[in-house]
Amino acid sequence: MKIFKQLLASLVLIAMGLSTANADYTLNLMQGATQLSHELYDLHMLILWICVFIGVAVFGTMFYSIFHHRKSRGHKAEQFHEHTTVEIIWTIIPTLILVGMAIPATKAVVHLDNTQDTEMSIKVTGHQWYWNYEYLDSGVHFESHLDAGSEIVHRINGKDSGNFPNYFKLLKVVEGVGTKGKEINAATRSPSVKPTDVPNYLLDVDKRLVVPVKKKIRFLFTAKDVIHSWWVPDLGWKKDANPGFVNEAWTSVDQPGIYRGQCTELCGRDHGFMPIVVEAMEQDKYDAWEKSTLEKQKQAADLADLSHAELIEKGAAVYLKNCVACHQIDGTGVSGWFPALKGSEKVTGNMDQLIGFLQAGTSKMPSFRKLADNDLAELITFIRNAPEIGNNVGDEIQPNKITPKYDDDE
Amino acid sequence: MSAVAADHHDHEHEHEHHGPIKGPLRWLITTNHKDIGTMYLVFALVMFFVGGIMALVIRAELFEPGLQFVDPNFFNSMTTMHALVMVFGAVMPAFVGLANWQIPLMIGAPDMALPRMNNMSFWMLVAGILLIASTLFMEGGAPSAGWTFYPPLVMQTGKAFPFAVFAVHLLGVSSIMGAINIIATIFNMRAPAMTLMKMPLFVWTWLITAFLLIAIMPVFAGAVTMLLTDRFFNTSFFDAAGGGDPVLYQHIFWFFGHPEVYVMILPTFGVASTIIPIFARKPLFGYSSMVYATAAIAFLSFIVWAHHMFSVGLPIAAELYFMYATMLIAIPTGVKVFNWTATMWKGSLTFETPMLFSIAFVVLFTLGGFTGLMMSVAPVDFQYHDTYFIVAHFHYTLVPASIFILMAAGYFWLPKWTGNMYNEKLGRLHFWLSAVSVNILFFPQHFLGLAGMPRRIPDYAIQFADWNMVSSIGAFMYGFSQLIFVYIVIDTIKGGTGEKVTDEVWEDAAKHSLEWTLPSPPPYHTFTTPPEFIPTEHL
Repeated sequence: MKIFKQLLASLVLIAMGLSTANADYTLNLMQGATQLSHELYDLHMLILWICVFIGVAVFGTMFYSIFHHRKSRGHKAEQFHEHTTVEIIWTIIPTLILVGMAIPATKAVVHLDNTQDTEMSIKVTGHQWYWNYEYLDSGVHFESHLDAGSEIVHRINGKDSGNFPNYFKLLKVVEGVGTKGKEINAATRSPSVKPTDVPNYLLDVDKRLVVPVKKKIRFLFTAKDVIHSWWVPDLGWKKDANPGFVNEAWTSVDQPGIYRGQCTELCGRDHGFMPIVVEAMEQDKYDAWEKSTLEKQKQAADLADLSHAELIEKGAAVYLKNCVACHQIDGTGVSGWFPALKGSEKVTGNMDQLIGFLQAGTSKMPSFRKLADNDLAELITFIRNAPEIGNNVGDEIQPNKITPKYDDDE
Repeated sequence: MSAVAADHHDHEHEHEHHGPIKGPLRWLITTNHKDIGTMYLVFALVMFFVGGIMALVIRAELFEPGLQFVDPNFFNSMTTMHALVMVFGAVMPAFVGLANWQIPLMIGAPDMALPRMNNMSFWMLVAGILLIASTLFMEGGAPSAGWTFYPPLVMQTGKAFPFAVFAVHLLGVSSIMGAINIIATIFNMRAPAMTLMKMPLFVWTWLITAFLLIAIMPVFAGAVTMLLTDRFFNTSFFDAAGGGDPVLYQHIFWFFGHPEVYVMILPTFGVASTIIPIFARKPLFGYSSMVYATAAIAFLSFIVWAHHMFSVGLPIAAELYFMYATMLIAIPTGVKVFNWTATMWKGSLTFETPMLFSIAFVVLFTLGGFTGLMMSVAPVDFQYHDTYFIVAHFHYTLVPASIFILMAAGYFWLPKWTGNMYNEKLGRLHFWLSAVSVNILFFPQHFLGLAGMPRRIPDYAIQFADWNMVSSIGAFMYGFSQLIFVYIVIDTIKGGTGEKVTDEVWEDAAKHSLEWTLPSPPPYHTFTTPPEFIPTEHL
């Protein structure tokens, strides 16, 4: 027995020792950043304390009995086996407690459900495996993917990082992503990056959902392929995004800040890799953000010629965002699910056919007509030539050479 | 476990005419409830380790942040298969095995009412589990959409898809046949003096469970058949593009799924109500309220299903209704916990291994009940839903509840079945290792869920690292501790401590239930004439 006690004690100590390393470490539900989330937190604490109270009473009685009413202490068993009054009492008291819980809970349900009088609307569409946001009032829209740092690190984990020079260049060039100043020297293949090197590992995105504070925002949820669920704990709720249907929810963020969350409905292979980041800012800052984002959105893509090396390096970023989930970081695909790109006839064959194929998509692969011509040119040059993928066709295509190869009704 | 024990019978009864047939064919064609019970129990124990290995794959991957061992697809297959194997391969068959062994012995019947169907339901279970296990080796891997098989995701399953559907059909047929058999046995085969309200609680809980099974397994079979026709025959039950609704599937699934979790817990209640009075040397407190509470829980289980779907976009009226209905379950469940406590109160308690596991069950199941009460509150469930808080909740109601009680049942009845006493010291070692490690394993998952870690993810953010590591350490401790149980079972069959047990095994047990009036081990055929004496101590 002594050994087990020691083992237990050391485990607890390990846990406590480790825990001090993280500042945002928590044991309880977070209070959140909205009035609603505070209301839900209070409700959570109320029920938790009710449970603690009942637990102390029941377990206290039981342990008293275990201690005092044992045969080894010579306790003789009494033979009672019914007591109607007691049984009625312990049916009625829990009922009253439940009624006491149901009243604030009902109020919270009504509050949560009240999507009236919202001041702006954002449509959220879940995809395998990223989110798409559309600001219905202003017309701003963008995709929000896992950030490059987390993407590269979780995919390269365990693989020889020296094989992926383009990605490591990317780690340094992608905006907002660093590796805590750790210099990554691809040529000398050291050091390999670990999850702990990436700030906000798996909880960061390339483009944040920016919202103004103290404004009642209505969210509309739907999905393109399978069911996803949009959860930012600080907002106090999650809501499923069902394909073919629209769900509603609302929030009004009190304080400027960055609030992180994740997809919470199993949505396939990369379910764990589609985080959500909400950035709440003051109204004037938000207005400025909206203006500049709209302007950028209206700008035509830059179709200037690039060098072969530039095409491949930038193509790595496009590949990372759009292709890597299925075809994998080294282009090997997933056996039985997604084909490999290495040596694939479709990839290394006729360039025009490849462009048409990417624009059209198939029943299994989505169409990539959403990519701007420069992105498509970089991507194609990358998958045909990058050592990461294992192809070496030796050609390239410039952005201004991309034309629609796929005719449709539009 | 009693292949050897059965041989043992052979020696004792080789002059009798009605022993088992010789050779391995016996196990294929047997219609004897004791043989079939043994096969169910052995099969369940094997599956417990198969499902356990899958759980350890999951916990190994989650030991540290980053992807170390498995592909995310395989990880998802593991969570899916772990659940299917544990639910349909381990816990349910284990209770059917107990029912096979114990119900005829407890009600004074010579065998189950439908012995040939009994054999068939066992072998269909084996076929179903082998079919689902075979999907692990198919192109595209085993199903990875979670044991709930939610469309549209489940439609992306590879070659395994139809095999998984047919496996569910086989398992469903097997369960329904088992349930019909149990109902027929209880209604028709009781000793004349045993009225319904004199039956031991284990028999009562199984009677109610069997009705649940008959009601829900066809619903699940129907749901997966609709998936099958959606995929292969162009129907659109769950496809919005064809006018269907993916949420419809969730309603159908949970109409099955919620009673299904009570299928795993009601017989657990029955065993606990059997064991606790014997080691408290006191009659069970409130026998009739226990029966009514079980029936009430079973009824409520049919009208609360959508509490698994609060965040799916229910109308406000449905959210309120399912919240109130779910809260009501706390009342009969509370009655049960209070009754167990009152049974122990002013008893003369001893703490043999079955009692230790039963007490741990009452305490830890109640913890699982508390978190259940917390998540019945719909608005807060918007935070808890699909996080590790839920994982912690239902594992508390399954592992230190159903699994602990199955272990307790093993220690409790093994001396009766084999005639040998198990090693009490090792039994207690097994208990303490299990009780400590199961909490190291699952308690930190509450923290993880509240801190924001979703379920079913193969990799996680750094702030979840510490408790995941603790949880994984607990998982390996718990998993390896269970090997002690295997050793004890084999050792007991081989002779155990060498001490021959009495017919009663436990002090005054014969006052509680009929099986303790039989020899230990009982002969191959028992109660060929119904007993006249009915123990009533449990009333």
